[in-house]
Amino acid sequence: MIVAKPKPLSFLAEQLRPYRKIAVVGCETCMAVCLAGGEKETRRLSQALELERRVKGGASLLAIPLTVKRQCEYEYLELLGETLKEVEAAVSLGCGVGVQYLVTAFPELWVIPGLDTLLVGGPTALGVWEEYCRLCGECLLHLTGGVCPLTRCAKGLLNGPCGGASEGRCEVNPEVPCAWLLIYDRLRRFGKEDLLRHIAPPKNWRLAQGRGPRRLVKEEVRE
Amino acid sequence: MKGFKPTIVAFCCHYCAYAAADLAGSLRLEYPSSIRIVEVPCSGRVEEELILHAFAEGADGVLVAGCLEGDCHFQKGNVRARKRVEYLRQLLTDIGLEPERLAMYNLSSAMGKRFAEIAREMTEKVAGLGPSPLRKGVEEA
Repeated sequence: MIVAKPKPLSFLAEQLRPYRKIAVVGCETCMAVCLAGGEKETRRLSQALELERRVKGGASLLAIPLTVKRQCEYEYLELLGETLKEVEAAVSLGCGVGVQYLVTAFPELWVIPGLDTLLVGGPTALGVWEEYCRLCGECLLHLTGGVCPLTRCAKGLLNGPCGGASEGRCEVNPEVPCAWLLIYDRLRRFGKEDLLRHIAPPKNWRLAQGRGPRRLVKEEVRE
Repeated sequence: MKGFKPTIVAFCCHYCAYAAADLAGSLRLEYPSSIRIVEVPCSGRVEEELILHAFAEGADGVLVAGCLEGDCHFQKGNVRARKRVEYLRQLLTDIGLEPERLAMYNLSSAMGKRFAEIAREMTEKVAGLGPSPLRKGVEEA
């Protein structure tokens, strides 16, 4: 899932200063799970923005909370058409993709991002989310026992370990376990330590940072 | 501010603070009439939205009262409530309200005297801050 965190209320309030009627658009997929832009957060932000305006003074603000199943699909965004016609601006509580889909679906609408999109990962404890994938475009988890060194090693080493770990912890950030130790433990458990002898060649970063946006086409379903 | 009588919404847990308020009544203890009690099944029931709603409707202060830590009928409801209150105090600051307008208290059902004390303490604190700026809009409406 994609993980994001809210932008400060003061930033949003300032951005919205010229408007009197706005929508706050949440997303019930990743953003609901990382507690950044689900139904609850959407309602809470709408309330907080209205109260901020009342306290700070000026023209009153009406903030309409709306949520869609997925902000990254036009079919769901279309359902908002009628309501969004009536507002002057919108705050998107979707990830960076959601914001851009909203902009594309409603070109006449001024959209402000309500979140900072951080990482692709998952929850590791209640209230904690961690990065697990760098979207490198060429998965090598079969060589590393299912532990991604690009993401979970602070140095992103393809051929580790670096030798700097202490008591199984990373020298860069002692809160993080050494990814290469995790890899070694996993490989040993399966009797596959020989995989460590494999020297990984330089990675093809064009797959991760191509010219312009990356694209996936499935010809078998494309129309 | 002289003569200002605040309105304070008190979300009281059924298992402790609400019973404590009841006991305060039975003991004929006096506490300020500024306190408006809302009974909840657990302080953990009190969501952020509910507290913001109380402020939006013109409350000068809000208090959440749950069981003593470790004694929650639902294990962790009061701990969760405390965290939410802490988060909301920051949000209130961002909104432009004094964070002191919101407080979390822990007490048991046997603490009728403490309930009266809390009511007085909170009333004095909020009275010192003056009326909530949100109150005006509500009164005009």
